[in-house]
Amino acid sequence: MIGRARFAFGVLAFGYAFLYLPILLVIAYSFNDSRLVTVWAGFSFKWWHALFHNEDMLSAAWLSLRIGLASATLSTILGLAAGYVLARVPSFVGRTLFGSLVMAPMVMPEVVMGISLLLLFVGGEQFLGGPDRGFVSIVIAHTTFSLAFVAIVVQARLADFDRSLEEAAMDLGATPWVTFRTVTLPMLMPALVSGWLLAFTLSLDDLIMTQFVSGAQSQTLPMLVYSSVRLGVDPQINVLATIVVCIAAVALIISGRLARARPAR
Amino acid sequence: MRGSRSMNRTRISVGIRAVIALPYLWLALFFLLPFVLVLILSLGTNSPDSVPPVELGFSFNNFRRLFSDHLYVVAWLSSLRIAATSTLVTLLLGYPMAYAISRADPRRRPLLLMLVVLPFWTSFLIRIYAWMGLLAENGILNQFLRWLGFGDHSGTILGTEWAVHLGIVYAYLPFMVLPLYATLEKLDWSLLEAAADLGAKPLGAFLTVTLPLSLPGIVAGCLMVFIPAVGEFVIPDLLGGTSTLMIGKVLWDEFFTNSDWPLASAVAICLLVLLVGPITLFQRQQAKSLERR
Amino acid sequence: MAAGPIVAIEGAEKRFGAVTAVDRVDLEIVRGELFALLGGSGCGKTTLLRMIAGFETPDSGRVLIDGEDMTGVPPHLRPVNMMFQSYALFPHMDVAANVGYGLRREGVDKGEIARRVAEALALVRLEALGARKPAQLSGGQRQRVALARAIIKRPKLLLLDEPLAALDRKLREGTRFELVRLQEQLGLTFVIVTHDQEEAMSMASRLAVMNAGRIVQTGTPHDLYERPRSRFVADFIGVANILATGQGKWLALRPEKIALSAERPATPHALNGRIVDIAYEGGRSLYRVAVEGDRVMQVTSANVVRARSSAWSRGQQVWLGWSDDAGQPLDE
Repeated sequence: MIGRARFAFGVLAFGYAFLYLPILLVIAYSFNDSRLVTVWAGFSFKWWHALFHNEDMLSAAWLSLRIGLASATLSTILGLAAGYVLARVPSFVGRTLFGSLVMAPMVMPEVVMGISLLLLFVGGEQFLGGPDRGFVSIVIAHTTFSLAFVAIVVQARLADFDRSLEEAAMDLGATPWVTFRTVTLPMLMPALVSGWLLAFTLSLDDLIMTQFVSGAQSQTLPMLVYSSVRLGVDPQINVLATIVVCIAAVALIISGRLARARPAR
Repeated sequence: MRGSRSMNRTRISVGIRAVIALPYLWLALFFLLPFVLVLILSLGTNSPDSVPPVELGFSFNNFRRLFSDHLYVVAWLSSLRIAATSTLVTLLLGYPMAYAISRADPRRRPLLLMLVVLPFWTSFLIRIYAWMGLLAENGILNQFLRWLGFGDHSGTILGTEWAVHLGIVYAYLPFMVLPLYATLEKLDWSLLEAAADLGAKPLGAFLTVTLPLSLPGIVAGCLMVFIPAVGEFVIPDLLGGTSTLMIGKVLWDEFFTNSDWPLASAVAICLLVLLVGPITLFQRQQAKSLERR
Repeated sequence: MAAGPIVAIEGAEKRFGAVTAVDRVDLEIVRGELFALLGGSGCGKTTLLRMIAGFETPDSGRVLIDGEDMTGVPPHLRPVNMMFQSYALFPHMDVAANVGYGLRREGVDKGEIARRVAEALALVRLEALGARKPAQLSGGQRQRVALARAIIKRPKLLLLDEPLAALDRKLREGTRFELVRLQEQLGLTFVIVTHDQEEAMSMASRLAVMNAGRIVQTGTPHDLYERPRSRFVADFIGVANILATGQGKWLALRPEKIALSAERPATPHALNGRIVDIAYEGGRSLYRVAVEGDRVMQVTSANVVRARSSAWSRGQQVWLGWSDDAGQPLDE
């Protein structure tokens, strides 16, 4: 027993090293004076300085942020509806199809979703004259993809919680809508916040679908990063990575706090 | 009796109808309809001069090409092979990790788990990029190997299938650890004591008790790695170089480089067909695990 | 206020798939009584209670509350409140907000709500705990909060689903009396669902025994104990010896109605047997006596002498005697 646990903890330590060493190196090299990742030429903020004066990078970041906010909010609303239906409406016409439709984007290869959505938007342009490919099409693509994740979180939370809480509210005179507003929604809040954060992160990170559905003018941050790293290592990307890792850590700590602050069942 | 609720079954109010309709219509319009378009387009032909570069029709030529051209068949097979071996390696690394976390002090577990999840919240692209610097010809790994005395070993890992495997294991490790942890955490450890009490050696107890009981987690974790790995694009593109053929990269190149939309659509259809089995299995398992709650 | 029963259930039926949870039930509950629905798990008692509350709609039949047909009326429009088995306290609200929830739904003004919440909390002796969250309360306190929340709207009818099941044994006994006191003080009608026959017998003014979706007998606790109409009820409530008397008829004989003696007694009925088992229960002992035809009869006898644990010993030959009116004849 002891031996097995020791082996497992050894692998765990190795796993953490494997996960974090590359990231830590990227962070370290964001302060490297040299352009090459192979040489340490002394400490410098010059790439940080360069990044914050890189107009392309800033406007791409601003676009990604706007897309992230919009698609996270939309997918939280739609995912809340979908998760609620999956957990609380046991049967209606087309229930099975609904269930698969909600979950499918999670396991669908992104290249497939990307090409199919592009065809939709091209068709839309041909026959309806819109929407333009850019902000709107990217938001739609990201929302379709991430609403599944919100729906799963909401459904799991609803499946967990005592159904008689909602019955008690109705028994005390609350209409179904008031029950939802005063009991169900407050109980779901932590799930919704972490669902929103997840959707936001997925949107900020998405390259493949975005590359398919974005028009000629819009370039998001991952698109810019991709075109830059294809050409080789770029110290400004190291700086960007450092910022992303810090933001992710903060977001995760917040959502971890929320999960722990979850009211006792 | 308490489990069966009939209220919603008999009366579905207007409000609930709206709540169903909203995501339903969204997904029908932006998920289902696009697939129908892919299917239609895959039967068309490429026409570089028109905008969009497609001529609709009804021919299976694109599919015929996919099966007759050596390149596509190889891409298919190597996608499956690379995904399968990387999944196995991820399992071998992820299982002991999940096991260790589930046996750790309960107060430490949230932190240990968070450390596994954190990379997942950082950019996928950037995590793969991190390996580019590590694996490059003059990268840190090669410098380290040279320092160890493998100096004459001038080969580069970047641009090989090894790098693709490494990238997949690295990127998808959290997807393996989380479901494994979820089943191992629920495991009743007194079962192991019972097995030991009945004379099982530690390894025997592990093989006869822990492993079978964590099977749902193993299946879920493997599917969560295998399914996206088959259709992966970024990893083979950035780490694999030109020598690695994977179906996701083929689709991308047909679309963006060759602008052959019908052929790319046919590749997408084939990729889906390839994944129908694993995806159905995954969905069935998800449904089962939600019921079990 | 209309006379007549506060609740009338007429031919109610409810099926879940292949299972008939409630099977053609007719039931009347009288205003002001403490009525208990008693039965084993899966007998349909909870479904019946949820039908009164409005959480289940009967497939056929009607539910009338205070003379009004309430079949199909949603729960929030019914003059009925329920105390849930899990208590269902809202974890994100403090005790006062939980208790005042029903009044807020009616749009009662704030001062009035505060006054009535204080009053309800005083009634269950939790005056000081209004600002606590449910997670900070003990099991017994939670139960009283749930009770206060359910009575604050002065419902025509209070439904209690296994109100004592989550409490430990000692607390349960005290709470029984408290519930009865409250019911009398408020003059409300209580309907309690329970699987615990001792609880039902000691609290209820009337009770109904349910089995497989049907009500098998309704009556006062005394009625049900002394005059059961079926072998099921005789056996379900207390301990009974059931003797076949021929032609599909039986006699239910309670253990304490049988006297033990060394010599053949002068009673109209007597049997000779041997004591095979003794269960000492403190105030009395239960004897299992093997009589002719391989049957075992159960007899209780009070332990009046302090010096000995029981009046008879194992293996001893004894006589069992009972009078003509000691048992209850049964047709089914």
